[in-house]
Amino acid sequence: MTRQHRRVAGWAAAVLLVGALAFVAAGCGGGGGGGGGGGDTGSQASTAIDGLGTTLDEIKSKAKDEGEVDLVEWPGYADKSWSNQFTKTTGCKVVTKDGGTSDEMIDLISTGQYDGVSASGNASVRLMKRGDVAPVNTDLIPNYADVAPGLKNRDYNSMDGQPYGVPHGRGPNLLMWRSDVVKPAPNSWSAIWSPSSTVKKKISIYDDSIFIADAALYLKATKPDLKIDNPYQLNDEQFTAAVNLLKSLKPNVGEWWADYAKQIQSYANKDVVIGTTWPYQENILKGDKKPVAAVKPKEGTTGWSDTWMIYSKAAHPNCMYLWMNYIISPQANAKVAEWFGEAPSNPKACAYTTDKNFCTAMHANDEAYWKNIYYWTTPTADCGGKGGTCKTQKDWVNAWTEIRG
Amino acid sequence: MTSVPYEQPPSREGPGRRLSRFFYRHPRLSLALLLAVPLGWLVVAYLGSLVVLLLASVWNTDPFTSEVVHTYTFDNFRRLFDEPVYRDVAWRTIKMAAFVTVADAILAFPIAYYMARVASPRTRNLLVVAVLMPLWASYLVKAYAWRTILSGAGVLNWALGPLGVSFDGYSTTGLWLVFTYLWLPFMILPVYAGLERIPPSLLEASADLGGKSLRTFFRVTLPLTFPAVVAGSIFTFSLTLGDYIAPKLITSQQFIGTVIYDNHGTNLPVAAAFTLVPIVVMVVYLLVARRLHAFEAL
Repeated sequence: MTRQHRRVAGWAAAVLLVGALAFVAAGCGGGGGGGGGGGDTGSQASTAIDGLGTTLDEIKSKAKDEGEVDLVEWPGYADKSWSNQFTKTTGCKVVTKDGGTSDEMIDLISTGQYDGVSASGNASVRLMKRGDVAPVNTDLIPNYADVAPGLKNRDYNSMDGQPYGVPHGRGPNLLMWRSDVVKPAPNSWSAIWSPSSTVKKKISIYDDSIFIADAALYLKATKPDLKIDNPYQLNDEQFTAAVNLLKSLKPNVGEWWADYAKQIQSYANKDVVIGTTWPYQENILKGDKKPVAAVKPKEGTTGWSDTWMIYSKAAHPNCMYLWMNYIISPQANAKVAEWFGEAPSNPKACAYTTDKNFCTAMHANDEAYWKNIYYWTTPTADCGGKGGTCKTQKDWVNAWTEIRG
Repeated sequence: MTSVPYEQPPSREGPGRRLSRFFYRHPRLSLALLLAVPLGWLVVAYLGSLVVLLLASVWNTDPFTSEVVHTYTFDNFRRLFDEPVYRDVAWRTIKMAAFVTVADAILAFPIAYYMARVASPRTRNLLVVAVLMPLWASYLVKAYAWRTILSGAGVLNWALGPLGVSFDGYSTTGLWLVFTYLWLPFMILPVYAGLERIPPSLLEASADLGGKSLRTFFRVTLPLTFPAVVAGSIFTFSLTLGDYIAPKLITSQQFIGTVIYDNHGTNLPVAAAFTLVPIVVMVVYLLVARRLHAFEAL
């Protein structure tokens, strides 16, 4: 380059750099304003979304034009075996994206590229507060009337009495083991927290900060002097005890999973022989004739109660409303519940399962069974409104990095 | 311009021709227009995102919703210094990158040497294709394939079984094998190019002066290819430093990439602050590489 050319290039670069910085600064300012605004709109819930029809008929005709719905789902929640039927009747093509953890789902939905999400309690509350999801008009979702009353208007799927989605189903996180290796069959979480030598270095643990609650749940049963009530709302002492328990577990962990496919492969190859899982993996492994068994241990367990929620700026709101209605219809709800291994939210679904005993086996209507299943929820500084000072979501995330080492 | 009027046919001159003449008269303008698009891309998309990253590292998050809050704090950097886990992870990653680079250099050199000096042109072409072939397959497929190979029930342990050895594949050593495999082509190609560039006359001169083949190799070939090895190491080192997928699939250990990946959704400022570690490491690495004349060998 000659000196002259260099000067030209230098000027061009300087001008562009200034332009870029201005662009970036403008973007940041805009983002900040939007974020602040989103948090405040919660109290005045309006179910209006740009482009959403005001009657069911209008929604149906508008959905035909949209032709697509983009979903963030727990693996298998919008499987082709029932979503094809939805596409056939509504004209909305179903595009799915799997989330491995609730944090990942929040991350995905906030990209703005999706219409809805099957959120567990530890995502749903944050999504409502952030304004990422919109309140729903249940009059436009006819099947909502059939949902079990006990699942409606809970703190994880509504705000100020206004529903923010439709309950999809609920289930426990299970203790699963290879029955050809682990004998006798365990019935307590002590099988992983004080493991026998046969399972050391072959334990499979969910790789997300929410798993700290599983440690707290075990301490609740075994260390009563810590006075743990809710495993998601922990004070300093309780939190430290749970984190220390996890640090002592670490050398025995064979694998940390957030990707269900990875866990299935590890169980199939005997690289892990015991650990925590979702009923989904149990179903797949049993379908492949692998010798695995799973149980809800005697201490109780963590679990989830999931809600389909609509993104507040959804590009296909009409298709999303139809999807929320479809997924809790008795037939579809039965299929997804049986496929994933969870209790359906619509009791009428129990008549449509292929295994007629499915709802009984899942304890779908047996509230006593769910008493010691603690649904995922977000840790908050005010201990979930109970008073006192508890560790926040942020503390949990930071502690998880330390635990993983 | 002279005052002599020369025959100018303005009627026959099209707009394209006039435009080209305009640019010919204004070379600076044409240069600026030519560079505007690539420079714009570089500055806005590339440097712009780096600036956002640096800004994000001094922001805060809402402890409840994990949303980024635009108040300034240096807590994120304090965390990186105070909590030993981040230091451990950074050190583990740098060590891994160094071991992968050394292994790749040792593996790549003989292959590149054979390709450049020994093989017939036909074999050489076949080898170049063979080296490039793995790059056509998806990275994910290769990483998952290695997961299967390294499993306790995998082919590696099956082969080692008769020897009475069992290998814990989902370990740091397993990951080292995977990285060494994944980035090998990025080392072979620069070394091969570096060997090709050595003029045969230098080797003949060495022989004429009584240098035996080994001596020629160590005194002539190796020093002349060293910049090419350093050039290749830039790829193997930086690719290892930033990767998060292979560590997620193969090991339970945390690396810089996995910590950033795990935090970017819920704790973006900490993730952004941590990205400064590989950036600083790479800047130092590139400065050293420049001194070793690696850039001329790229």
